[in-house]
Amino acid sequence: MEKKIRVVHYLNQFFAQIGGEDKADNGPGIKDGIIGPGRALQQALGDSGEIVATIFCGDNYFAEHQEQAIDELIRQMEPHKPDLLIAGPAFESGRYGIACGAISQAAQQRLQIAAVAGMDEDNVGASLYRKNIYIVNSGVSIAKMVPTLQTMAALGLKLARRDAIGKPVHEGYLPRGVKHNEFAAKPPAERAVDMLLAKLRGDEFVSEIAAPKFSGSKPAAPLRDLKSAVIALVTDGGLVPEGNPDNIEPGRPTRFTTIPIAGVASLAAEKYDAVHSGYDTAIANRDPNRLVPVDTMRALEREGAIGKLHEFVHSTGGAHAAVENATRIGQEIAQQLKSAGVTGVILTST
Amino acid sequence: MIPVAKEVGSLRAIASGGIVSPTGNPELPPEKEKQFRRELILRALQTLQQEV
Repeated sequence: MEKKIRVVHYLNQFFAQIGGEDKADNGPGIKDGIIGPGRALQQALGDSGEIVATIFCGDNYFAEHQEQAIDELIRQMEPHKPDLLIAGPAFESGRYGIACGAISQAAQQRLQIAAVAGMDEDNVGASLYRKNIYIVNSGVSIAKMVPTLQTMAALGLKLARRDAIGKPVHEGYLPRGVKHNEFAAKPPAERAVDMLLAKLRGDEFVSEIAAPKFSGSKPAAPLRDLKSAVIALVTDGGLVPEGNPDNIEPGRPTRFTTIPIAGVASLAAEKYDAVHSGYDTAIANRDPNRLVPVDTMRALEREGAIGKLHEFVHSTGGAHAAVENATRIGQEIAQQLKSAGVTGVILTST
Repeated sequence: MIPVAKEVGSLRAIASGGIVSPTGNPELPPEKEKQFRRELILRALQTLQQEV
């Protein structure tokens, strides 16, 4: 018979039956065997695994002393020689979810053991840790405790035995952004047509590409007075000074460049370039004001129609931008503009 | 591209001179192109003053 997998279970103060919010400041602890939801976990493990100990910590203590809590919990579980850590499930509790993610990651890294956490997919702990650990989506309802623990146990046993792990949708964990090559029965064109026909028939189909999620942003208040406004020019069309000194990428951007334009009346063709793999840059290169309208803005500044043209242009090459990188680049540019006192932005997009 | 901009939450968006020349129009003679650019920018500045 196969060796029984030794399992440690992590719970917060509530599920470890120490108390509610009034006990959330309690520090880390350990107990041999099962506590609370551990019973259902043990049932799910069956004869393949045994919960040798339960570790626990108050949610507030963990949030406020994360390093100490992790050190202490790892120290306490190590003598039990676990093969697998099961953390939670935490459902929609944010502090508990972060604790489950953090202790799972630490167990993987420091003890080199398998770990599975459980929480709702919208739990902040899921967005923080889903790339590094396996997280089973528990949903928000505690009524899903038993099926969640069953999924976690099955996945955890596979991981501990170093069995091959299937796709997220089959094993029940949240996608980690890991790609594997595989052979498909039909070429992409046939699969795409199949999907289209299914869609037209109103049948179910599963896209092979996860659509990126955009987090909405609140629009800024309208500009009240143009005559006192400081307007900045920003572009995703890849404007660079001749020679591209910051070496920004023509596509799949990870950074942006900052171009000083103080005293520049108009962008001269010989001093600037457009670097962008997503459109034909020839027309913009012949007159870069077609991409970033410095000449017109200077005229409006001179006439007093606007207060001031900001003295830097921020630019990136926006072709095939990953949403994550584009979001970060946007935030970094916005931060610089805000600290420079810019009140309005015209962003020219290609 | 306007629907894309609005989809991701950039609500103050206006149609430009085109993908390869957002603030220009190479078909126009230089003076007319400048006028085109100026009108476009004035419209952008108006848009910055609008409630969205």
